[in-house]
This record gives sequence, structure tokens and C-alpha cells, in this order.
Amino acid sequence: MISDLKTFIEREKPHWEDLERELLRVREGVADLSDLAYSRRLLSLFQRTSSDLARIQGYSAEPELKAYLENLVGTGYSEIHSATRSTRRFQPLGWLIHTFPQTFRRQIWGFWVALAWTIVGMILGGLLVAFDVQEAREAIYPFPHLVQMTPSERVAREEKPTVEDRLAGAKATFSASLMQNNISVSFKAMAFGMTYGLGTVLLLFYNGVVLGAVALDYIADGQTIFLLGWLLPHGSFEIPAILVAGQAGLVIGRALIGWGTSDNLRTRFRLIAPDLATLAGGAAVMLVWAGIVEAFFSQYHAPVLPYSVKIAFGSIELVLLFAFLFRSGAKAALKMRN
Amino acid sequence: MLTIATPEGVTFSLPLAGPFTRSLAYFIDMAALMAFFKIFHTVFQMLQLMGDVGIGLTILIQFAFINGACLLSELLWQGKTPGKKVLGLRVMDEHGLKLRPEQVVIRNLLRFVDALPVFYALGGTVALFSSRSQRLGDLAAGTVVVRTVKSSPPDVESVLAGKYNSFRDHPHLEARLRQKISAEEAQLALHALVRRDELEAEARVRLYEEFANLFREKVKFPVEAVFGLSDEQYVRNVVETVFRKRSSV
Repeated sequence: MISDLKTFIEREKPHWEDLERELLRVREGVADLSDLAYSRRLLSLFQRTSSDLARIQGYSAEPELKAYLENLVGTGYSEIHSATRSTRRFQPLGWLIHTFPQTFRRQIWGFWVALAWTIVGMILGGLLVAFDVQEAREAIYPFPHLVQMTPSERVAREEKPTVEDRLAGAKATFSASLMQNNISVSFKAMAFGMTYGLGTVLLLFYNGVVLGAVALDYIADGQTIFLLGWLLPHGSFEIPAILVAGQAGLVIGRALIGWGTSDNLRTRFRLIAPDLATLAGGAAVMLVWAGIVEAFFSQYHAPVLPYSVKIAFGSIELVLLFAFLFRSGAKAALKMRN
Repeated sequence: MLTIATPEGVTFSLPLAGPFTRSLAYFIDMAALMAFFKIFHTVFQMLQLMGDVGIGLTILIQFAFINGACLLSELLWQGKTPGKKVLGLRVMDEHGLKLRPEQVVIRNLLRFVDALPVFYALGGTVALFSSRSQRLGDLAAGTVVVRTVKSSPPDVESVLAGKYNSFRDHPHLEARLRQKISAEEAQLALHALVRRDELEAEARVRLYEEFANLFREKVKFPVEAVFGLSDEQYVRNVVETVFRKRSSV
């Protein structure tokens, strides 16, 4: 207990106010923490205030002073003990070309699992179409025009020469709507990881079923070239982006289950947090590109745009994307490790 | 309460925000968002008049604001959104450390599951049963929402300064008073004065009366020193006498 509160406050108040001022400067980024003398002074002020708080703790007659000091010590603790302090600003380009692919490779198991579930879904979707289950087509296909007409009929309609561009004056709107929809679906795939990964797996599986059913429908109807020309340009980014979001969801699911680690749940989440944010951001960037390509490129077919050009464009995109995901930032990571 | 122990051997507590207060903050955020769209309605209409590109831009801006306003606000405003600011709440790391950007991103991305099936029912239920009132997004991001305690040290000086103390004319009686009053009694009287405005009028009158009677019994001051003094002023004089620096006597 402090026998003379007035003297105690009079003596210590200047130090508390000093700490308050300095913490405000640190928060505003105007304090130079690389200055050793300054940092030592700040630490000394914090330790003195902590000691003052320890002195009045347990003395119930000082709730106001205690609340004030707890607030001050809490702020000081947050600023001084944060190991996360980084003097470097966020660099979007560095994040995109180094951090994102490095993170993708660090959590590559999640991508393979996401891919595996999508393939399982594709096989089922393909089988349902192969056995000509009409109800399945109606239940699976996301767009009515895929059910109402055969692939050949659709190709004939798409290839019919028209004077007017049917997407004229609506490309940007279409592109924005696609981005909005795909980014929402991807973030849902990630968020559903909180259901121990089950929601993510179901979403990937359903996507796979749709993809497999549509693909087999077109292949069986002899429209493989059209299918590749239609899907490859945007699908080469859109499908991997959803897989990357699914990868993030599975990383969450694994952290919840706790496989292969003795860390507690909070630690497991703390360890994966930067990877989750990076994977979600990377998937969003990929989907922005996919949205632009889908609206401005994928919707044009032969004779306006030869399939060979579309397939070549999509294939190059796919190769470049996977080269980027599997190679980019490898040298930087190696350099850091050494 | 979120209790954190520092390496300095000190523990401090921060009051956690409950699901109800957080819901209110969220409603304020939504209201602010609607107000934003209302204010910029004309801008959006003008954008749409630009045709395809304008409509596309409107869709993207609206999507970004609906899903990213809270995220951006918490990133730039040290864990606060307009709703949280109004209600004195802020998001912070569950270990009392600085909020990292990825934590903000994750807690906001996981709103999708917290919002299931409607009106944040899942997140709210999880928060109700969580010892730290965390929704699923908070659990994954390692964040908590605390109430901001706006506090300042007790203003002892202003309690004692500014008024004439009639006891000063009787230094020998003041010396006796200092001898007879225990440290605990003096502290309690000081607290009663510091918290004057927090007390209800009736309780305040009764408390000061009791203190004044106690002190009157310890030392009898002449009538001219106590004439017309209220109980409160009597206590104020006693406390000023006890805590006054000797050099100023």
C-alpha cells in the first residue's frame, strides 16, 4: 500500500505523462526507435510505470489510478513488446512476386488436396453425364442454357456470324460481375475452412462436379476444341485461384484439427495467419485477371477469334502461372535461408 | 476481462466487449455504410451514365466497400471501425501485442462463416460461449475486441488547491491533527474528495458528515476557524493540512 498517494502521484505523474507522450509518437511513427538512447529511455519509462502499477495493485482503494496505469502499461506493452514491428512498408510487388508463391509452396499440400477433391468431383460429374442422368444435369449445371441446348447447338449459336458484338457496351459490367462473384466464392471456400475443412472440401467437390459434367458433355458431343477455347483463357487463372482459396481453407481446417503438431490451437492459428492472408490476397489478384480475360476474351469464339489463338493464349497463361507459383521467389527464399 | 502478464512481472486487465455491444457496433457500421452509399448515390448515378465502364466500376466499388470497409478501417484506424469508435471498442491482439495486418485480414474474411446462417448467428453463439468473447474470425486471427478505457490519474492537486484553509491560522492545532489522524483515515478522506462528483448527492452529504464528525473529535479548532464551514469544506481543510508540503507551511 502507498502511504502517501498525493506524493506518489506528484512524483510519478510526470513520468506517466512522459510515457504517454512518447507512446503517442511511436504510434504515429514519428519516434526514432533505432536511436538506442531513445529506446532505452522509453523502456525505462515503461518499466517505471509497470513498477508503479505493481505497487498499487491489490490496493482496492485506487480503482481510478489503477485503470489509468493498466491502460498505460497495456499500450506500452503493445508498442514495446510487439515482435511484429516492421520498419519496412508493405511492398505490393514484392509481396506478389516473392511472398505469394513462397507461401503457395510452403502450404503446397493444401493445394494438392484441393486439386484431388476437385478431380474426384470432376470424375463424378463426368460419370453422371456419361450415364446420361438427366436430373443430374439439371441439378448440376449452374446456367439454364447448358441444360436447354446441347453443346453442338450452343457452338452453332456462338459461331453464327452476327453484325453486332453481343457484349458490346457490357464487357466491363460483365467483367466486374464475374470478379465479384468469383472472389466471393473463393473467400467462402477459404472461410468454410472453419468447419474443420469440410465446407471447403464440399465447395471444391461441387465445383469439380460441375466442371467434370460440362467438360464430358462437350467432349462427348465432339466439341473439345470449343471447350478448350472457351475455358482455357480465363479458366487457367480462375480454377487455380479457387484451388488456392481452397488451399487456404484446408490450411485452416488442418490448424483446427491439429494434425502433426503439439502446439495448442491459438499457436497453430498464429503460425498460419500470415499464410492465410497471403493466399487469400493472391487468389483475389488471380481472379481479377480471370474476370478481365473472361469478359474481354473468352466470350469471343471462331470465326471472330480462332480457337487456336484462344487455346494457345490459355495454355501459355497456364504454363506461366504454374512456373510463377512453383519458381518465383525461390532464389530470394534460398538467399534468406543462407 | 482479458488479463495479460508482462515480462516485467506486472499483470493488467482489459475489459472485453460482449456480443451485444459488438452487434451494436456492427449495426452502426452498416448504417454508416448505407449513409455513404446514400451520400455518393449521385456520384454512382453519374458513373453509370458513363456507360459500361461506369457500371462496372460501380459494381466493383460497391463490392469493395461492402466487404472491405471494416477491413480497411481496422487496418488504418488501429483496430477501430466507426461503430467501434462510437462505442469505445477496438480490436487487438489476444496477447496484448500490436495488431498485425494479416490478423485484420483474416478476421474480416471469416465474416462469411460467422454471418451464417443469418445475422451473425454462428459467430454470436461462438462468442457467447468463448471465454474471450471471440467469434470464429477472432479465434482464427488471434484477436479480441476490448472496451477502450479512457482514464486519467486522479487529480489530487485540484482537490486541495484554490481555497483558503482557516486551519492554517492555528499551526499548533494542525500539528496535533497530523499526529492524531492515521494514514488510512487521511487516504480515505482524500479519496472521498477526489471522487466527489462520482457520489450521489445524498451519499456525499452523509459521507462528508461522518468524516467531519470523526475529525472534529480528534482536534477541537476554535469557533472562528470553523464558523460557517460545511462538512465538506471541513474535510477539505483537514486533508489539505495533512497532505500539504511542510516547506509551504
